[in-house]
Amino acid sequence: MVYFRSDNILSSLGTTTEENFTSMVSDKIGIISIDDPRYYPEAFPASIIDQTTLNKEFNIIANKYSNNDSYTKLEKMLIVSIYNALSKTDIDIKSSRSAIILSTTKGNVDLLSSDKKNSYDSKRVFLWKLGEVIQEFFKNPNKVIVISNACVSGVLAINTAAMYIDFGQFDNIVVTGGDLISRFVVSGFMSFLSLSPSACKPFDKDRDGLTLGEAAGTIVLSNNPDPKQQSIIFKGGATANDANHISGPSRTAEGSYIAIKKALRQANINPEQIDHISSHGTATPYNDEMESIAIERHGLENVPVNSIKGYLGHTLGAAGIIETAILLEEMRQNTVVKTAGFKESGVSRPINIIDYNYDKEISTCLKMASGFGGSNAAMIISKV
Amino acid sequence: MEELIEKLKVQIIEQLNLEDMEPEDIDAEESLFGEGLGLDSIDALELIVLLEKEYGIKIQNPKEGQKIFFSIKTIAEFIKENQK
Amino acid sequence: MNKLTIKRYCHIKNNRIYVDGELMYAYKKAEGLRAFAKSVYRYLKPSYNRFFKMDEISKLGFLAAEVLLSDFGKSTYYDEDVSIILSNSHSTLITDQEHQLTVDDYDNFFPSPSVFVYTLPNIMIGEISIRHKFKGENTFFIVENFNAELITNHINSLFLTQKSKAFVGGWINQSESDYEAFMYVVSADGSIPHNTIEISRLYKLIS
Repeated sequence: MVYFRSDNILSSLGTTTEENFTSMVSDKIGIISIDDPRYYPEAFPASIIDQTTLNKEFNIIANKYSNNDSYTKLEKMLIVSIYNALSKTDIDIKSSRSAIILSTTKGNVDLLSSDKKNSYDSKRVFLWKLGEVIQEFFKNPNKVIVISNACVSGVLAINTAAMYIDFGQFDNIVVTGGDLISRFVVSGFMSFLSLSPSACKPFDKDRDGLTLGEAAGTIVLSNNPDPKQQSIIFKGGATANDANHISGPSRTAEGSYIAIKKALRQANINPEQIDHISSHGTATPYNDEMESIAIERHGLENVPVNSIKGYLGHTLGAAGIIETAILLEEMRQNTVVKTAGFKESGVSRPINIIDYNYDKEISTCLKMASGFGGSNAAMIISKV
Repeated sequence: MEELIEKLKVQIIEQLNLEDMEPEDIDAEESLFGEGLGLDSIDALELIVLLEKEYGIKIQNPKEGQKIFFSIKTIAEFIKENQK
Repeated sequence: MNKLTIKRYCHIKNNRIYVDGELMYAYKKAEGLRAFAKSVYRYLKPSYNRFFKMDEISKLGFLAAEVLLSDFGKSTYYDEDVSIILSNSHSTLITDQEHQLTVDDYDNFFPSPSVFVYTLPNIMIGEISIRHKFKGENTFFIVENFNAELITNHINSLFLTQKSKAFVGGWINQSESDYEAFMYVVSADGSIPHNTIEISRLYKLIS
């Protein structure tokens, strides 16, 4: 069995999963207007991690490791998140039976810009090098496994970790993910006209695009349960390609449907057993519509579903991980969090969108994700 | 107008990477997004970039694009109307 | 239980294509990837306009898949049972640099969606999926050097968890000075056993 041992979210809403969750149920949104020409010529909404706060957190940890080296913003984010997640467990990260899987779409992408080029070794822009920096900080003997598969990277990384643990390759895997707000990414999405001028509105009839977010997240998986808490385990997961278009989702939700189908099959459960769904819910007109179709095709239209992206935006490589961490906290608290930004449904299928926080016994959950390249991922987790 | 249409054909072939196409191959009135050239949603966004880069015209709403980008002729007409 | 085997493999480097170790095509001119890819397209004649919209590394991955899968028994597999597991060290660095150039200077600021979309390494998986209608598992690993053990183990695990019956695996990389592709089909009806030693050996076959 593969157990979810601990998790962490580092974002503008807090430095732990609990802080983020508490902020969300108190209606706090971590998205602000960024008016900084470093990122884009005009102001745009996003969630972002304050560098000063990050440095403070990081320096405390670096001191513990007697480490004076120089680290990029993303490296600090990941290290802080990993450290916080690990410190809640007794897992030995220096053991060869422990591994790290890193999920990121662009890594230290800010190093590509002309003004940053010479601040670090040129190799730092490589994602495998980012993994190596993390590996060396924590003195883990295994090369960090780096997965870069657009916005499904996070869920894919968790699925992959569970698979490797199941096959006995490792006993513990730290799944971590993160991406930065950068001119590179902001301008890219702007050219797609896919960014909303205000905080995003998942599934809403007035939804008009996504909001970017900057965050790091970590989930620690193990073949050993924590005897002190109720266990939540990985039941099944899969990815599937739409084989249709490289940026727009399939109109029939082909890939999402297949990924969910395979996850259900591996979990050996029927759709009726799903209590709650955490969707990808980016608030683009096409994504949310596609997900509503996938949900209905599996007969899950009555299952309470939310999107977390209204609180922190789309955090790319971190998304699948931090959203799973929130899902875990919902399961621990038996509370579902409302879909921030949502008022009235604007998708064609009659799905059950959570629009206020409420208590619910949640035992078995589905996490969905989709991304550029026609990629889709699904994961099922449940209480033991 | 004819000159603008010919110029547009060359620019579009380049911006959209329409390899093997010559300006003669494109009919100014044929539908760009239908059977003819079979352009897709990314091509539509590229046309928006083209309009801004080469003609200084900014289109904020992609839905406007559908009418403007129907054919080379409709694009040329739009440019003539809106170019500063 | 069906055992996985390597059904076919190809190498693309030094402006040459090798299939199962045999030279299939050589581009006479000493030009870069862009020109080479175009010449391969003209040689293979796949009649696929999308090709010219792709960035160079996606063209490389597309062409490798094209020679590899020319007689792939597609009817033997459901589309959701064929997976694509690829890797490289540079991600999409060359296209990243191209996109960065369009946004570095606010006086000449023209980010292009058709460039930006290719700044993710798994897009080439998308292109191959669209061409061959593969709807199975996808994973893109970033590693410093080709890691036969990582991919072999990943493919074997997906097979054993019954998430996929056939696979396209490989390494598709483009650096500032060079490019390299090594791609292979894994299924139950090939002749070479699918394991780390064989994959490693085949990778090194063409230097």
